[in-house]
Amino acid sequence: MSTGTIPRGSLAQVTSAEDAALARATARRQARGRLVAHAVLIIGVLIFALPIWLTLVGSSHDVSTVGRGDVPLWFGSHAVENYLSALLTGGQSRVARGVPVWVMLWNSMIVAICIAAGKIAISLLSAYAVVFFSFPGRMVFFWLIFITLMLPVEVRIIPTFEVMVNLGLVNTMPGLIIPLIASATATLLFRQFFLTIPDEFVEAAKIDGAGPLRFFRDVVIPLSVTNIAALFVILFIYGWNQYLWPLLIVTDKDLETVVVGMTKMIGGGDAQNEWNIIMATAVLAMLPPVAVVILMQRWFVKGLTETEK
Amino acid sequence: MATLTLSDIRKSFGATQVLHGIDLDVAEGEMIVVVGASGCGKSTLLRIVAGLETPTSGAVRIGGRDVTALEPADRDIAMVFQNYALYPHMTVFENMAYGLKIRGIAMPEIRRRVADAAEMLEIGALLDRKPRQLSGGQRQRVAMGRAIVREPKLFLFDEPLSNLDAKLRVQMRAEIRRLQKRLGVTSLFVTHDQVEAMTLGDRLVVMHRGRAAQVASPMEVWGQPADTYVAGFIGSPAMNFLSATLAGNGRAAELKAGPTLPFADGTRPGGDGAKITIGVRPEHVLQAETPDALPLAVELVEPLGSETVIHGRLPGGEALVARLPLPASRIGPTLPVLLPPEAWHVFDGEGRRLPAGG
Repeated sequence: MSTGTIPRGSLAQVTSAEDAALARATARRQARGRLVAHAVLIIGVLIFALPIWLTLVGSSHDVSTVGRGDVPLWFGSHAVENYLSALLTGGQSRVARGVPVWVMLWNSMIVAICIAAGKIAISLLSAYAVVFFSFPGRMVFFWLIFITLMLPVEVRIIPTFEVMVNLGLVNTMPGLIIPLIASATATLLFRQFFLTIPDEFVEAAKIDGAGPLRFFRDVVIPLSVTNIAALFVILFIYGWNQYLWPLLIVTDKDLETVVVGMTKMIGGGDAQNEWNIIMATAVLAMLPPVAVVILMQRWFVKGLTETEK
Repeated sequence: MATLTLSDIRKSFGATQVLHGIDLDVAEGEMIVVVGASGCGKSTLLRIVAGLETPTSGAVRIGGRDVTALEPADRDIAMVFQNYALYPHMTVFENMAYGLKIRGIAMPEIRRRVADAAEMLEIGALLDRKPRQLSGGQRQRVAMGRAIVREPKLFLFDEPLSNLDAKLRVQMRAEIRRLQKRLGVTSLFVTHDQVEAMTLGDRLVVMHRGRAAQVASPMEVWGQPADTYVAGFIGSPAMNFLSATLAGNGRAAELKAGPTLPFADGTRPGGDGAKITIGVRPEHVLQAETPDALPLAVELVEPLGSETVIHGRLPGGEALVARLPLPASRIGPTLPVLLPPEAWHVFDGEGRRLPAGG
């Protein structure tokens, strides 16, 4: 019956020359559609990837090449020395400041992990309280938490700074971390997830004799694992990318995070900016979030899309 | 193994009263089925016995001990939930063992009990699986197993068969009954399915709007329903209700459909002319070519194979359903039927059963 090749994806069974022509037209249209879609995607990828590519390439040239204002498109031969210089000294012009990038990375790592872990712990507990217990003012507390969603760090930064000063936490690691730990978003996400846990589990646990903490540990936490993982990814990146608060609260160079430290490398003044070193630092600063996303991607997607019960 | 006594259990949610004083005495090892339409309060009653709800007033006694103020875990009960409520992240073994572990029972004893229950339920091969790897029937068994290993004084079943398909439901129904008899544990089983109720229960509690309309054995509920609600709820197709008035000094009923027929079992109290309702089960309607037969105008014929269900109207416009051992092809536009007085259920104007005599 077939007249010529029937293109994949055509639904019609070809019974005549006319239908064959129709099928070919459909196939052409589909091919065109695919072409357009791919073109759009490729342009999108280029727009996103080009700056990263330039950074990556720039970090492998010597200081004068990048400094001249040329934008090389292919790798140079100074990659190893640039990265070593950044990691170990923070670049020549910063010898006076003396903060090697590995210290900044270490600080950022501690801050990001503590913020992510702290946020998850606090919001798990508060969501658990709001969902599974009935106590006077439960909804009031929930709305209080909810309303703080509308207040980003920037809005409450002056009172928060004041509190930190009074507590003597300026220029300390806890001062850097604690104000960023409370999280309405995470509380809200966990609340929504907890609401999907069937009441029967709570009741079965009551009959089994499991108290609230036991139920939390044995049932709620294991059921939330994928959500916790997904949130960890988001919150780690959130913590890693913090800029304004670390800039304010920490003046001690040894506590500088990489995002802040990197911008401080771009100085005014007489010294020429070592763009190659700064770019190497930028690449280094990108690596941990990328690693977290890649390592936890499977759980991340699962946690945001799947409700397994 | 224990008795269960409910005295005057009342429950209100805000302004709505859902239970209006339930009294019930359950003997040791008895299987009581609480049956009723949705919203009748049957699940609330079960949850009060379980301790998941607190009654507004009244007392729950298990084995003579007043447990009204106790936590569910302290009542020595086990419950099987409608959706089984198996913890999805635990294996079958962990699910069954969880309650025992919390109780602080030693691991060898837990293993022994779980193994025994698993053998009894034929789920020994599934102990390492997660609930999502099980079929509906297997989950049901695991939920049963979780209840059995507790060795409780009382089993509570909250519509445990309603998530299964029809065939499996019949099979599990028989299995639950067999198991309950074998273990001899006092049980309370809630369902909306009258067939389940009839086949499972030693006694039924038919609930209607927060009251126990009748508490009796299945055959008594079927044979002597306490009111028109129970009469209509138990039996399929449902009982026919025909309006009538008392006549002949309480010796007969004058049907709206025409004839005046004498009661088969004696007189009824109340003056002539009092409104009564005559109930006749579809399977008791007879087909007869006699002069006193009533012509039923046939509207719908449902063949069931060996029998045929006929929906029609009597003279006077009242609907009547008959279930006759006739092939559907033999049924014409009108069917002469008899309503034998021996099969009547007589109810008074309020719908309460009106017994003979008096």
